[in-house]
Amino acid sequence: MTAVKINNVVKTYGKKKEITALSDISFSVSKGELFGIIGPDGAGKTSLFRILTTLLLADNGNVTVDGFDVVKDYKAIRQRVGYMPGRFSLYQDLSVKENLNFFATIFNTSVEENYELIKDIYSQIEPFKDRKAGKLSGGMKQKLALSCALIHRPSVLFLDEPTTGVDAVSRKEFWEMLKRLKEQGITILVSTPYMDEASMCDRVALIQAGKILSINTPQGIVETFGKKLLAVKSTDMLRLLHDLKQCEEVQDAYPFGEYHHAVMRNDSKELLRSYLEQRGQSFELKEAEPNIEDCFMALMKTS
Amino acid sequence: MKQFFAFVKKEFYHIFRDRRTMIILLAMPVVQIIIFGFALTNEVKNSKIAIWDQSKDAATASLINQLEASRYFEVEQSIHTAKEIESIFQKGEIKLAMILPQHFDEDLRHFNKAQVQLIADASDPNVANTLTNYASAIIMDYQNRITHEKKLPYTITTEMRMLYNPELKGAYNFVPGVMAMVLLLVCTMMTAITIVREKETGTMEVMLVSPANPLRIVIAKAVPYFLLSMVNITTILLLSVFVLDVPVNGSLVLLVGESLLFTLVSLSLGLLISTKAGSQQTALFISLVGLLLPTVMLSGFMFPIENMPLPLRTVSNIVPARWYYSIVKSVMIKGIGLNAVWKETLILSGMLIFFLGLAIKNFKIRLA
Repeated sequence: MTAVKINNVVKTYGKKKEITALSDISFSVSKGELFGIIGPDGAGKTSLFRILTTLLLADNGNVTVDGFDVVKDYKAIRQRVGYMPGRFSLYQDLSVKENLNFFATIFNTSVEENYELIKDIYSQIEPFKDRKAGKLSGGMKQKLALSCALIHRPSVLFLDEPTTGVDAVSRKEFWEMLKRLKEQGITILVSTPYMDEASMCDRVALIQAGKILSINTPQGIVETFGKKLLAVKSTDMLRLLHDLKQCEEVQDAYPFGEYHHAVMRNDSKELLRSYLEQRGQSFELKEAEPNIEDCFMALMKTS
Repeated sequence: MKQFFAFVKKEFYHIFRDRRTMIILLAMPVVQIIIFGFALTNEVKNSKIAIWDQSKDAATASLINQLEASRYFEVEQSIHTAKEIESIFQKGEIKLAMILPQHFDEDLRHFNKAQVQLIADASDPNVANTLTNYASAIIMDYQNRITHEKKLPYTITTEMRMLYNPELKGAYNFVPGVMAMVLLLVCTMMTAITIVREKETGTMEVMLVSPANPLRIVIAKAVPYFLLSMVNITTILLLSVFVLDVPVNGSLVLLVGESLLFTLVSLSLGLLISTKAGSQQTALFISLVGLLLPTVMLSGFMFPIENMPLPLRTVSNIVPARWYYSIVKSVMIKGIGLNAVWKETLILSGMLIFFLGLAIKNFKIRLA
């Protein structure tokens, strides 16, 4: 069963349509899937989410959510999806409880009716239920926003960059919450600029400058990398990067945490070692497992 | 319906929890009435006057006495040279000087003709005009007293009656004006800003992706402001009756009814602005420059519309406050009924339908 189906969606902004946010995007998401849309800021993630949640009209292409067309049947979609925008969009001057009750009422339900679904998340902020939403910490705000988006038991949940600006521990907790929600049969589309979060999804779409680079399982994406990847470290990292870029054997080199990653043309670790030794800098060289970020860099450069 | 009440309740939370909004909403009418009632008045009282009495005889003394006895003037100083006149006006405290030439009493008695010169600081023409009028009236009064003893062959006596406002109080004029201003600020500006704020903070985005009807959301936002306007109308009327002694001469029901109509016009203008403005600043700017300014300038409250040049008079026709101001003046001050203000009422109703229609037409069910 398909929960979300996107066909050839194009979205441009500006009077002369000079800014392209999405160019010819197509993919579909199955029911009950946890689907990640991963890409840097400005890749078109928010535009895509707004089209999916009936907030924006695409210039071209068609989109269905739960079998309903986002243009014709927008009312039906608004009844059944949950949406959490990238920015904290609850009422800051209302307390946690007031926010939740308000959202329950406008979705024609009550907190009690679906308490089971949000219990797991809401119980963590319940001790602060009389605190104003504006006075919550980033992680708590996000739990409240998720509770509000879930209060009517949506069939599809859209989360636009839910973990941006949230600390590492809360981010991890958040993804665990999403996994539990998935077990409840809710389809979840989540966007994020953090590549390391890709592994938490069932499938991911890598998106860059309005184009989809690849759609696969996180495992599948890593497997398509197909090149030798080496990690190098030295005391003068800037010079090292420069040296790496000049080496004929190295297809691409970029900083990666405390190392530089070098994508090799051939399986030639020793060639690089001798090249760097000639340069007369002490260094540490080891083999690296490619991850989503490496794949993203590679895909970005080939596309 | 439950949804609708949830929205209204939420909106009341917003208003009651924001001290600035509360102050604007509830204190503003009181402050405006008090400022206009006691501070900003163009009535002249105890104005300081300088006198150059070159004659110093019985007649001039009696005239000066009469001047001082009135509540309009207070003789501040006597001057003795022509130069002094210039210098006292330059100091700015004294706005009027009266010069009584030599042999005033003699001239009056022997030649039946004496002269008085009034010199006024006309940098504020209205004040200069009022002061010279008052002073001339007192001088005329003095003259009547001395001619009374002799019978003049032909005399015309003027009898004046100030209808509706016998004491010529400024309050009769500005209470209707303040009512128009307050309702416009509360309903139009506050409604527009509060709707645009939801767009700005992103809560509108979440609201739109919900089963709630978008139009009902914004109408629910207007309801608390409608109710608060009722409170404001009541406050203004109570203040004007009990503090400023401005009576409600006509039907209170009609007055309140017309105020409700104007409130609705203002609310629909607020909705219209909110559909166009992208940020709170824009909404504020449009409300202040586009609405409050014309309301103050072109409603007839500050400046009489009849004296305006034709283009401005034409523009004033599209200012809703102009019609409301005229209705309030007629009903409240003159005490006349609907049969006299049906035309204004009809125009306001037309404006309501037009603005509301335009607002609904421009209302967006999506973000862009």
